[in-house]
Amino acid sequence: MIKTDYKNNILTVYLSGEIDHNRAADIRASIDSRINSIRPKRLELDFSKVSFMDSSGIGLIMGRYRAVGLIGGDLKIKNIPENLSRIIELSGVTSLGVLR
Amino acid sequence: MNYLNEMHIKFPGKSVNEAFARSVISAFVLELDPTIAELADIKTAVSEAVTNCIVHGYRREIGMVYIDAKITEDKRVIIKIRDKGIGIEDIKKAMQPLFTTAEEEERAGLGFAVMQSFMDKVKVSSTVGKGTSVTLEKLIVSVR
Ligand SMILES: Nc1ncnc2c1ncn2[C@@H]1O[C@H](COP(=O)(O)OP(=O)(O)OP(=O)(O)O)[C@@H](O)[C@H]1O
Ligand SMILES: [Mg+2]
Repeated sequence: MIKTDYKNNILTVYLSGEIDHNRAADIRASIDSRINSIRPKRLELDFSKVSFMDSSGIGLIMGRYRAVGLIGGDLKIKNIPENLSRIIELSGVTSLGVLR
Repeated sequence: MNYLNEMHIKFPGKSVNEAFARSVISAFVLELDPTIAELADIKTAVSEAVTNCIVHGYRREIGMVYIDAKITEDKRVIIKIRDKGIGIEDIKKAMQPLFTTAEEEERAGLGFAVMQSFMDKVKVSSTVGKGTSVTLEKLIVSVR
């Protein structure tokens, strides 16, 4: 269901649509199963196709930051659309160690 | 006070209705001709408040969520989102950024901070055991 790509030790996950509490659990489960089977050095979350996100998405980002951190990897969030940049900035995830 | 328009809905607090609530509120404010950014702000704030009713107000039960929205003659939108759930003991503490009682569910504790930053006014009233009501207000400037 979720589009991913793995090369050069980087697992890229292409998120899409609206990320809210309703969808967060499924997205989390499919990302975590890939993290645990592939054990990438870096997880990259691509937001280019995300049309909406609320604080459930921030919880999802921080949760994946911890999940990939447990196996010694880091997290990068990329291609943040204009309309999501405010919530990302307000959340302070990048000052907590998430790369952008 | 005369209102240009108003609407009232109630729906069961199932998580699929978070997207439903966002769609309804977008359709409702459309007559004010909001900018895309204003519309996104309102949708996000409503999503936060509705999700809180579902996640915290009712926890593992499904209860009704109520939305009452009004548009004023001076182009303000006033949206009240209510549940009849567990209520909040200490509102001031609950509204502090990063405070959450649901960390194990990967909640960031940012819902109220988002509402406050995306809307002009946020008013919370709550009674333990009776429920919580959040009133959001925003002036639609629609300058492009
Ligand atoms: N409708 C409600 N009923 C009962 N408690 C609530 C309600 N809304 C908020 N709370 C309480 O206030 C706290 C803070 O809410 P807030 O939305 O800021 O963060 P969160 O929901 O915990 O996390 P996030 O919104 O980032 O996913 C919640 O953890 C909860 O304890
Ligand atoms: Mg919340």
